[in-house]
Amino acid sequence: MEDSRYKKLQRVYIVLILLVSFTPLFLLGGIMYYQVAKTYRIKIEEQIRYRAISQTDSIDLFLKERTAILAAIADTVNFDQILDEKNLLKIFEIINLRAGAFVDLGVIDQAGQHRAYVGPYELRGLNYFQQPWFSEVMTKGVYISDVFTGFRASPHFIIAIRRQEDKNCWILRTTIDPDIFGGIVRSAQIGKTGDAFIVNKEGTYQTTPRFYGNILGKTDIDPSKFGGLTTVNEEINSQGEKRLTAGRWLKNKTWLLIISQDVSEEMGGLLQTRNQEIAIILVGSILIILTTVITTRLTVAKLEEADTRMNELNAKLLQSDKLAALGKMAAGVAHEINNPLAVILQKTGWMEDLLEDEALKNSKEIVEYRASLKKIEEHVERARKVVHNMLGYARKMEPRLEDVDINETLRQTISMLENYARLNSIEVKTILSPDIPIIASDQSQLQQVFLNIISNAIDATGRDGLIEVKSAVGETTIDVMIADNGPGIQEEQQKRIFDPFFTTKQTGKGTGLGLWITYNIVEKLGGSISFNSEVGRGTTFTVKIPNAPPTEK
Amino acid sequence: MDSFITLFVDDEEEFLATVLKRMKKRNLEVVGANSGEEALAVLKSHHVDVVVLDVRMPGMDGIQTLREIKREFPLVEVVMLTGHANMEVAVEGMELGAFDYLMKPVEIDELLYKLQDAYKKKSIQEEKIKQINTLKK
Repeated sequence: MEDSRYKKLQRVYIVLILLVSFTPLFLLGGIMYYQVAKTYRIKIEEQIRYRAISQTDSIDLFLKERTAILAAIADTVNFDQILDEKNLLKIFEIINLRAGAFVDLGVIDQAGQHRAYVGPYELRGLNYFQQPWFSEVMTKGVYISDVFTGFRASPHFIIAIRRQEDKNCWILRTTIDPDIFGGIVRSAQIGKTGDAFIVNKEGTYQTTPRFYGNILGKTDIDPSKFGGLTTVNEEINSQGEKRLTAGRWLKNKTWLLIISQDVSEEMGGLLQTRNQEIAIILVGSILIILTTVITTRLTVAKLEEADTRMNELNAKLLQSDKLAALGKMAAGVAHEINNPLAVILQKTGWMEDLLEDEALKNSKEIVEYRASLKKIEEHVERARKVVHNMLGYARKMEPRLEDVDINETLRQTISMLENYARLNSIEVKTILSPDIPIIASDQSQLQQVFLNIISNAIDATGRDGLIEVKSAVGETTIDVMIADNGPGIQEEQQKRIFDPFFTTKQTGKGTGLGLWITYNIVEKLGGSISFNSEVGRGTTFTVKIPNAPPTEK
Repeated sequence: MDSFITLFVDDEEEFLATVLKRMKKRNLEVVGANSGEEALAVLKSHHVDVVVLDVRMPGMDGIQTLREIKREFPLVEVVMLTGHANMEVAVEGMELGAFDYLMKPVEIDELLYKLQDAYKKKSIQEEKIKQINTLKK
């Protein structure tokens, strides 16, 4: 019962301390992580948005430049001049030298006939009248196409400018190098997972994306989700990867630049922070748990120990209080018995006196009378002895302090009991420490103590036993241990063995005062007596006598 | 030996009566008293040589009585009767001038011898006083 009470207390302590420690720890950890993650998310969104803006700006600039160059040429030369392929080649070489990224340059008349051409393909003489872009450029004047394969059967896009020259109308057309254009777009690809590409309104790739797709292929991104300004979305692609995607329409409103980044890569720094935080919290938690459990255990153990010591002390106080009260009562009873005993003895004496008379001397029963009187006197004597013992040790008796050699006292006591022990064939073994100092105590009273315990031991052991008498120097005491291998003391008797008149011996063989007297003597000498008994194995009495140095003479 | 008179003082009536009877049977001249006060009254009216005094008595106890006796009748010898528990009292009695002490319960013969010793001491002392008185004259 006691045990579980301490265990319960320990559990309550541990749970409380852990609760109080962990709640703020986890709360703080959680809130901090949430805040950092939010800030981080905003930051990377801002980054990707900014990249999309600056990238569209540079692409817009690239296209505007090329368109402007083309328009400048168309506006400054006339139809005849431009039809001369020598002039066309010279212009082509100059613009490629100054701006670059032009694959070819061609002149188409208003009937759609390709009249002059410089470039790697054999496109001269082709008729573009049926091509969808032809009517487009004829009406709008400036046209940038989507990527298409066209006559040359490879993906490309063109920029075309219409020149109105009097009644004549002609078109200057150029192809932009898809590799250079793609390269500009791809320059926004960052990191291991970053991607940048352009799609048109229908969701067709206008440049080759880095992952999962090809130019002119269909993308799974829905361009209608991207509004007028830069839109940042989180998309989950066909591969199941979470990607942060920023989209911004170019100025022509037909191409959408997409910049995307794998969330896990971008959030990698945060992930690391999170792992560090978890590690710190984990280590902290383990330390807190360990410290809490260990300190709580120690504290509860200390408490338990203190309680045990308190209980022992209380039990001791109770025992000595009880014995003191019993002693007072016994002494009082003894006094009251003493007087009647004296009267009885006088009366029997008187009767014996009377039996000396001549008349009675010749009575038949005179022997019986005398025997009876003797018996009465014998039993009065027995009662008197009990009273004598009680009064003798219950009275206030200051111990006489003299120089005492405990070992010598033990040897003397044992020699007094030698015959008695031999009669019962009991061996008394002595293991006496040679370091026992001479102390100030009362030799005759100590002898009485040892005599009582050893003779009890002899009586308890019965025949063929072994009694061990040991002496040792304790911390502040001289300790004498008297151990027998007798039957031991029954547990229910252990509480009472120091009580007066408690005896396990046959009626008439013991008064039950021996250990009570022993207890009183030891207490008066400032020492303590205790015992340890195991049924079937024997009993050990330990007497601790204060190690008081003898007074100087 | 000359006959002498002994006063027994004990509050236990039965004890006192029996002791007196047994002493008388042994041809001793005895008187009894139940208390210290009574003992002092007897001493005033009777000639007494030796007093046997129980120390534990209600009212005036043994020591007080002893003190009074020694003050008023310094030549009277006193034997104390004590219980075992009253060793200190016995010692105190001896210091106050008691002849000796006996422990209760007492053997009648032992008591008898003690009384004779006490009387002998008293006789010797009286003899000395007589001699001094003669010398003075």
